[in-house]
Amino acid sequence: MEETVHSNPEQPQSLGDAERWSSLITGGAMVLLGLRQRSLRGALMALAGGGLVYHGAKGQQGLAEKVAETAGLDQSVRVERTVTIVNRTPEELYRFWRNFENLPTFMRHLKSVTVINHTRSHWIANAPMGNSVEWDAEIITEQENRLIAWTSVEGADVDNSGFVRFQPGPQGRGTEVKVVMEYKPPAGIVGATLAKLFGEEPEQQISDDLHRFKMLMEAGEIATTDGQPMG
Amino acid sequence: MKAVCWHGAMDMRVETVPDPKLLNSRDAIVKITSTAICGSDIHIYDGFIPTMKPGDIVGHEFMGEVVEVGRDVKRLKVGDRVVVPFPISCGQCFFCKSDLWSLCDNSNPNAWMAEKLYGHSPAALFGYSHLFGGYAGGQAEYARVPFADVGPIKIPDGLTDDQVLFLSDILPTGYMAAENCNIKPGDIVAVWGCGPVGLFAIKSAVLLGAERVIAIDRIPERLKMAQEYGGAEIINYEEVDTGEALKEMTGGRGPDACIDAVGLEAHGMGLEGFYDKVKQAVRLETDRPNVFRQAIVACRKGGVVSLAGVYGGFLDKIPMGAAFNKGLTFKMGQTHVQKYLGPLLERIQNGEIDPSLIITHHLPLAEAPHGYDIFKHKKENCIKVVLKP
Ligand SMILES: NC(=O)c1ccc[n+]([C@@H]2O[C@H](COP(=O)([O-])OP(=O)(O)OC[C@H]3O[C@@H](n4cnc5c(N)ncnc54)[C@H](O)[C@@H]3O)[C@@H](O)[C@H]2O)c1
Ligand SMILES: [Zn+2]
Ligand SMILES: [Zn+2]
Repeated sequence: MEETVHSNPEQPQSLGDAERWSSLITGGAMVLLGLRQRSLRGALMALAGGGLVYHGAKGQQGLAEKVAETAGLDQSVRVERTVTIVNRTPEELYRFWRNFENLPTFMRHLKSVTVINHTRSHWIANAPMGNSVEWDAEIITEQENRLIAWTSVEGADVDNSGFVRFQPGPQGRGTEVKVVMEYKPPAGIVGATLAKLFGEEPEQQISDDLHRFKMLMEAGEIATTDGQPMG
Repeated sequence: MKAVCWHGAMDMRVETVPDPKLLNSRDAIVKITSTAICGSDIHIYDGFIPTMKPGDIVGHEFMGEVVEVGRDVKRLKVGDRVVVPFPISCGQCFFCKSDLWSLCDNSNPNAWMAEKLYGHSPAALFGYSHLFGGYAGGQAEYARVPFADVGPIKIPDGLTDDQVLFLSDILPTGYMAAENCNIKPGDIVAVWGCGPVGLFAIKSAVLLGAERVIAIDRIPERLKMAQEYGGAEIINYEEVDTGEALKEMTGGRGPDACIDAVGLEAHGMGLEGFYDKVKQAVRLETDRPNVFRQAIVACRKGGVVSLAGVYGGFLDKIPMGAAFNKGLTFKMGQTHVQKYLGPLLERIQNGEIDPSLIITHHLPLAEAPHGYDIFKHKKENCIKVVLKP
């Protein structure tokens, strides 16, 4: 499978690291379990280019951040969710998803996604009390019909990174779609507020989005009752 | 339009609400000509189904005329007369493709609620709480029917509403309950509950080759109907000990299969009944499973216990030891109505079964609250109410 790397190499780390993350992300079941305290973005960077270091947003990871991360004090929220779609191939699902402007049809909290160029896009999402949050995302690495990994770039209201992976389910059971993501809300937002940044538990929100994706791809429509009468 | 709306336990109101609109391109709008009150609606009426919201439109047994179709509807057209199955099913997922329609993956917008409670979400149902999708139901003048090409069955001319209405739920439900018994020649099937579901289970057990059917209830007119309509032998559980009677009637062996057509609001006797009533009232137990318990104990070794009666939550003191050591099989579930529509319509056309015979009351939709009252309390010899919008 062809692999495209979009980031610039910088400060290569050990190659063994990259292989390890690569097999974790493209293979086994629970990715987050395998990651443990390691940041998802770091792992994705490693996957992207034999040990790349992300050089957008904050540049190098600061010492404080490194300490927090190692000590597990990191404030980021991590989510991993999977759905299986029976009557579509990885290619079909990848193609629909890769046109990011399609995503708001089933991701309820997204207002819009605008594609800027092949790797960069601008995202606007609804936040509580009529507010919205915005960020630019950059594709870190992708494998056609298989994997898209992204990270937000400097100036994001919500730092986030993750990947979506499409692969044949076990024993020909359709296509498995997995989303793994990590996000760090704006400074000062902690605890419960953080978890409910988009008005819902993050696991729940990603699950619901994936379930709507399944409905749309498998049944051809998203089941709804919005707009029906009641007494 | 006028619709029956739930406003709390024992509080059904007929209200004026906006007409339904097409929301997806494969929806249809049906103008309802007949709609029934089901035993399942009584569980809502009594407040035992969680996640109802005041104002929810109830009802899931309905039929009528197609008056509007979405742009992607291919099979149905305006003017078609249809019966609508109570589970909402997409026709495309693994479960629909496997004829397990009430387990559809793609119709419940609130799947997450059901996943929390059940691990996976079953299909959405019309008018049956937000846990099951929150879809407006069919005790109304109009209903929106999603996946219009998948569920509804067209009714040929020459059949009355009363003859075919129950294809929407209780006829397939009784039939599936009997089919689940895996009936063999010579078998004796016992059926607890002679409400509409029980009556169709009795009738179906006979159609599927049971040699004898034994019906259990305490309401005289229902037992009479089980005898006359269903051809069953009867046990009035208030007059005799059901367990002993069943033993005697089966040569000590117990019935080969037992059908529970009562469900979570079973009437309990004695101390055990009191225990369940108290626990359910203080919400320590969600369901009252007396019939299920009795069926397990009565069933012959190696037999089948088939549940048509609805259970929703947690059951207490189920004699699992008896079930295990007697090697019983349990079969259950919301009915896969779509699977049975064609074959049962044929049986109605052949005259093998006339479902209309169990109807005791026709009422205008406006009198729905009265309908709920007489059906729940078995007043006026009520067995089945059909509402006419
Ligand atoms: N599986 C499905 O898809 C499905 C579909 C429709 C209805 N149902 C369920 O089937 C059940 C019956 O529905 P119905 O419309 O016939 O309701 P119903 O309330 O008219 O009938 C229940 C009958 O059970 C009798 N009964 C109560 N306690 C009893 C006991 N301890 N022993 C013997 N009989 C007892 C009552 O007297 C009554 O005649 C309900 O739980 C309903 O929710 C299930
Ligand atoms: Zn019903
Ligand atoms: Zn389905």
